[in-house]
Amino acid sequence: MTDSDLKKSVIEYRKLFPVLQQDIAYLDNAATTQKPQSVLDAMKYYYENDNANPLRGVYSLSERATSSYENARIKTAEFINAAAPEEIIFVRNASEALNLLAYSWCEDNLSEGDEIVVSVMEHHSDFLPWKYMAEKKNAKLVKLEPDETGAVTDEVLDKCLSEKTKLLAITQLSNVLGRVNDIKHIAERVHSAGALISVDGAQSVPHMKVDVQELDVDFLSFSGHKMFGPMGIGVLYGKREHLEKMRPFMYGGEMIQTVHWDRVTYAELPHKFEAGTVNVGGAVGLSAAIDFINQVGWGVIEAQEEVLTKRAIAGMKNIDKIRIIGSQNEADHKGIVTFCVEDVHPHDVADILGRSGVCIRAGHHCAQPLMDHLGVKSTCRASFAFYNTEEEVDRFLAELSKIRGLMGYGF
Amino acid sequence: MDFKTFYNEVVTDHNLHPLHKHAIENPDFEMEGVNPSCGDEITLQLKVEDGVITDGGFVGDGCAISQASADIMIDMIIGKKTEEALHFADLFIRMIKSEATPEEIDELQEAGALADISHMPARVKCAVLGWHTLDEMIGKKNK
Repeated sequence: MTDSDLKKSVIEYRKLFPVLQQDIAYLDNAATTQKPQSVLDAMKYYYENDNANPLRGVYSLSERATSSYENARIKTAEFINAAAPEEIIFVRNASEALNLLAYSWCEDNLSEGDEIVVSVMEHHSDFLPWKYMAEKKNAKLVKLEPDETGAVTDEVLDKCLSEKTKLLAITQLSNVLGRVNDIKHIAERVHSAGALISVDGAQSVPHMKVDVQELDVDFLSFSGHKMFGPMGIGVLYGKREHLEKMRPFMYGGEMIQTVHWDRVTYAELPHKFEAGTVNVGGAVGLSAAIDFINQVGWGVIEAQEEVLTKRAIAGMKNIDKIRIIGSQNEADHKGIVTFCVEDVHPHDVADILGRSGVCIRAGHHCAQPLMDHLGVKSTCRASFAFYNTEEEVDRFLAELSKIRGLMGYGF
Repeated sequence: MDFKTFYNEVVTDHNLHPLHKHAIENPDFEMEGVNPSCGDEITLQLKVEDGVITDGGFVGDGCAISQASADIMIDMIIGKKTEEALHFADLFIRMIKSEATPEEIDELQEAGALADISHMPARVKCAVLGWHTLDEMIGKKNK
């Protein structure tokens, strides 16, 4: 595809996003993405035509609700190449997926003296549940710190893994550094140490092809709302052999086979983990979002995000007193650029940019241990989706270059 | 709202050249205030003799709004009785909640320059950090 074909195609796809028709440059896609009309329509269609409580009723309407839900599961399984739809557990978001996993898996698999390795790059959602369970079980939480370039090398892994390691938790794409970790290689190393690997895919699944069988990961968590789907639906993928042995996380309706006063048997996968009435509308929206991604294709998505990231980093390097966090090499940033403006607090930067219609994130990005590791209190972050344009990047750069002046600093 | 009504000269001046951003000797009151949303933090110190605030200072780290607001506050309350300082804190917090009258905002003098923050929910906590800390610190002790 030529540059001009890519541009044309992005302009066409961008028209499908109602929110993007206002005068803003939305560069906070790592926080949440906007939703195309097809996702909004699919959810509306479901509620207008097929809504009933799924998995319960025997009438046709409830059967349609059930198949809407289960078809979304099949589609999600295909999307990440899970071996079977039962390996897809629908939850609210990646945070809930990671809590489910930590609470349920650690309860029976973690004992005093065992070790869980968690990278310092993790979002609080992939840190606090493990920390809580490790403390509860008198197990040790081992910190994985990447090398000074941000890479998780064999040397780094050798330092963390031991015969006591039971599980390693790591993100595939850091929501701050924007760096992709080589999960396939890390999984091999973790498995040969006799442990399992849980991958936070909240940032990676929306922006690159993720194949759980090829990567050979034991668990993968992600959120629908960061991949053009609605808020309130997310996924825990787990290999069947692990999920089958895990106890339920939440107890209630629809997750049982039989319940008597003195004996209970639980439902088969995946329903064992989906207590209560489920979010069918959300699952339908996620399914439509997957259709949308498949329609656009990874070729366009990755090519455009690369164009935007390179342009942003090159432009930022040309502005005085801007410090890019993490690797200085643009190839190490996948759609995420975190930075500081010297002397200006990130919240002031984001506020001033926001007044000009440029939407970026400021703060600790729910990754305070990483902020400590990097020696910064908070930072600014611009993050791209393929529907962003080079004009939006230029608008961001133009506003960014004015900030120190507006705050009363000479340049 | 344009830039000038918000990051106006009063705010940028106090942020760039704070008058009271330093520790003071032998403070009678000291309290830490934290705003988790921005990660702003300040430690406020006051010296009080016979019910009158004779000196004040703060150390901290945070956005321009939080730091400037704390600096303006201290400048305003030095030389005042603690009751007057608490009255200003009450006025300021009400101003940020859009509950103060124009006369009351006038009474706040320089601190009135922060009135527009009442329209910016995301920054309210930054603006009131120093004032809340003051209120907690001497308000509670007086009760």
